Amino acid sequence: MSVIVRTISRVVAPVALAFGAYVIMHGHLTPGGGFQGGAVVASVVALLVVAFGAERWKKWIKVLLPLEDTAALAFVILAFLGVGATFFRNVLAGSGGLFGAPVPQPGPNPGALNTAGTLPLMNWAVGFKVLAGLGAVVLLLALFGREDG
Amino acid sequence: MKRWLFLAALLVVAGYLISGGVWLHPFGEPARSEMDRFFIENAQKEVAANNVVTSIVFDYRGYDTLGEATVLFAAVVGVALLLRKVKG
Repeated sequence: MSVIVRTISRVVAPVALAFGAYVIMHGHLTPGGGFQGGAVVASVVALLVVAFGAERWKKWIKVLLPLEDTAALAFVILAFLGVGATFFRNVLAGSGGLFGAPVPQPGPNPGALNTAGTLPLMNWAVGFKVLAGLGAVVLLLALFGREDG
Repeated sequence: MKRWLFLAALLVVAGYLISGGVWLHPFGEPARSEMDRFFIENAQKEVAANNVVTSIVFDYRGYDTLGEATVLFAAVVGVALLLRKVKG
């Protein structure tokens, strides 16, 4: 693509990455979550593929595909954490440890990041899964049918 | 013959669609709201999450999310299999 597109992409890509990370991180407080934030980050991959060409990002497929598998495994392991009571039991909520703080007060409140138990961890797992999966799909589709693909 | 069959099918489908639109349930008045009430009142206490939607997606109905993750996983594996580089 032209110099204009590449320059604008260099400016937009970090901002979009930060926004995607924010949506994933605050999934238990604000609208959005792992899937939505992962889709935002995957759109950055699409932007970079359009602006700089797919060949430049070819070796990232080898990183993204194992990352997707690892994140899927992490999600299932987090679900198995509560298997003593039930599958998907939120064992960390209200425990006082990691993400274990209770909601400041019931009803409308600004929210605290250190709440919700396994939900933030699952948001991270699903977020990495979606960003790696969709990013790998975008890259694979962009490279398909090329001689050097 | 074919045309009459088509017209009859068209009438049936159109009748279903129009009656569905006429007798549409009014917006904002769910027939049963016990479960909604339960989620709204208990999600902050039980899951300690402000975002009730996320608490439903990842806690109350985690199985649905597991299925969704499986679908995405299968789609990515399928694309990676079909579009991989084949030697020779």
